[in-house]
Amino acid sequence: MSWAAILALAAGTFLLKGVGPLLAGGRTMPPGLDRLVRLLPPALLAALVAVQTFGDGRELVLDGRAVGVAAGAVAVLLRAPFIVVVLVAMAAAAGWRALT
Amino acid sequence: MRKALVIGVAVGIYGVSFGVLAVAAGVSVWQAVGLSALVFAGGSQFAAVGVIAAGGAPLTAVAGGLLLNSRMAAFGLALAPVLGGSVPTRMLAAHLLIDESSAMALAEDDPRAARRAFWLTGVSVFVCWNAATLFGALAGSLIGDPEAIGLDAAFPAGFLALLGPLLTDRAARASALAGALIALALLPFTPAGVPILAASAGVLGGLLARRAA
Repeated sequence: MSWAAILALAAGTFLLKGVGPLLAGGRTMPPGLDRLVRLLPPALLAALVAVQTFGDGRELVLDGRAVGVAAGAVAVLLRAPFIVVVLVAMAAAAGWRALT
Repeated sequence: MRKALVIGVAVGIYGVSFGVLAVAAGVSVWQAVGLSALVFAGGSQFAAVGVIAAGGAPLTAVAGGLLLNSRMAAFGLALAPVLGGSVPTRMLAAHLLIDESSAMALAEDDPRAARRAFWLTGVSVFVCWNAATLFGALAGSLIGDPEAIGLDAAFPAGFLALLGPLLTDRAARASALAGALIALALLPFTPAGVPILAASAGVLGGLLARRAA
């Protein structure tokens, strides 16, 4: 991987990350817009969870990750701390793979 | 404070897996650390290294990573009211704006608590993510297959743990469900990153749920 590619990704990412803080930082938004914008993170995070659990390139697959994330979901419902959720998911995925 | 540190440590777990995978893909140790320090957006780093590993062009790796990171613009707008201050402060805030710092801040109702959660989580994850990347890149061969110890499940499970506290009402839950379904429906047909970007339309599900309530 070239440094040029790394720097391009870094610069582009910084611009995207800067949209909120640099253009609108410290300003209060109209309530309607604020409520709409606050619905975005749940949609985007849920999409990431789904894609990283079931995606393999352009295919949808069911593998050890799904077992791990399902176990992690139970931990989330039980209000387990972040690190416990991650470790439970890893253990379940690793255990499933060891057994199958 | 403790929460932010614990998240840093947990994110370190997948920072190690990033270092391992990057070096396995033929990225040098310093480039792996460079990605973690300069890009500092885990999902796009995994995606870019994945493209390189599959023999893809650097331009594809950059484009895919940026599509994936377009969600940062949305997170930044959602957090804009609590990310004020001088221009250098806001630039630093921009660099530390990641899923973890955003989700922790958005889960707080009080603006002061939200600001505190953002900075503590951002700094904690930055330090741990970079240290872990270096460790993974150097110790890659000792760790062996990241999948055998379930490291590939750690990443989505971590996002799920961030998502959980945001699902406080019907609208948020509907938005999340719609976002996930949109992303899965598009995944077989679109380049990497597009499903996540398109999942923004999941907010429509949230708006419908709010109207129905």
